Amino acid sequence: MWDRNQMAARAAQELQDGWYVNLGIGIPTLVSNYIPDGIEVTLQSENGMLGMGPFPTEDEIDADLINAGKQTITELPQTAYFDSSESFAMIRGGKIAMAILGAMEVAENGDLANWMIPGKLVKGMGGAMDLVAGVGRVVVIMDHANKRGESKLLKECTLPLTGKNVVDRIITNLGVFDVVEGGLKIAEMAPGVTRADIDAVTEAKIIA
Amino acid sequence: MKKIFGSATEALDGLLHDGMFIAAGGFGLCGIPELLLDAIKDAGTKDLTFASNNAGVDDFGIGILLQTKQVKKMLSSYVGENAEFMRQYLSGELELEFNPQGTLAERMRAGGAGIPGFYTKTGVGTVIAEGKEVKEFNGQDYILEEGIFADLSIIKAWKADETGNLMFRKTARNFNVPAAKCGKVCVVEVEEIVPTGSLNPDAIHLPGIYVNRIIQGDHEKRIEQRTVREG
Repeated sequence: MWDRNQMAARAAQELQDGWYVNLGIGIPTLVSNYIPDGIEVTLQSENGMLGMGPFPTEDEIDADLINAGKQTITELPQTAYFDSSESFAMIRGGKIAMAILGAMEVAENGDLANWMIPGKLVKGMGGAMDLVAGVGRVVVIMDHANKRGESKLLKECTLPLTGKNVVDRIITNLGVFDVVEGGLKIAEMAPGVTRADIDAVTEAKIIA
Repeated sequence: MKKIFGSATEALDGLLHDGMFIAAGGFGLCGIPELLLDAIKDAGTKDLTFASNNAGVDDFGIGILLQTKQVKKMLSSYVGENAEFMRQYLSGELELEFNPQGTLAERMRAGGAGIPGFYTKTGVGTVIAEGKEVKEFNGQDYILEEGIFADLSIIKAWKADETGNLMFRKTARNFNVPAAKCGKVCVVEVEEIVPTGSLNPDAIHLPGIYVNRIIQGDHEKRIEQRTVREG
């Protein structure tokens, strides 16, 4: 089994040299700690920045410089700033190679739900719907099961969708799964995890 | 025509009326028109509809107008930081129209560019698409979204010259540019008004044609999530 840092490290292996990438809030943010040597990626923050740097030191904090999670951050030598309509033009226009996002549910056909629990959690989708509709590749990082031990990889999502048929790959604490014709295909299992372990907590159809 | 006004209240004089539609810049608490929002609170204008990516926090940003019950409806993409918002929404006092963030930005940009509608893939197959025209282009479905035409734009920039040419700073630009464009009148608050001619014409982020009134003032610039690494 992978812990959240190991999941992030595994997700970082998805990155390719020269890519522009958007990382979601939560575990996806940790991916930036594990970018492989020799791979140059530029992180996009949808509030209007390409080339996102690390968190600032106490002296570097700047109220005018935040990421999409509203956290203070820093700039890099290659940083460029732009407005929100420009930011989503590059997202919608397919210029961002990949988005790595968290999720509440993913269905076996690639449907994604990650923005709302009716009656309980009404925060909003932010930029998630635009990202999944526009970027080249969507990778989800999430726990395989919820706190009650129920599968988050489902035949059909029960929550309101963020996008239909949009997820390409799912990285969970148990392994890596690709959305393919007819269901989910196991691309990799985490160390010590067996097929039986996966079957026990997966509702979605797994095809070898 | 002189665009510079002495205070936020003076700059808004004659522009406010109950039931109006205001587009506001800012992302979270970054780059929000805090002085103009204060002045709208003081004016007591009611039944406001805001197009704004977020709704501030309880005691800052649009949140201060929620406390005084001046807001009727919000068009936003994310309102998770505001407990009073959630309370008013769940009790039915406040209307909310969720817009995907990029759709909201483009609706403002389009409205400001005289484009009443556009098709986007964002939200296809979700609740966002309900009631909207679906059209196929090159074998893929897109939904029709409408441009935003607001009564008033309120935005915050870093520097203005006396003609309203604006520069923004870092990620505080965000929604301020599209929000500025989609209102009948645009009022901007800046940290510094500089003499005309002192900004590099090649470095203007928003030309003064979009700006009607300007005020200069001190900004709190509150930080929502103060995150640091070890120095």
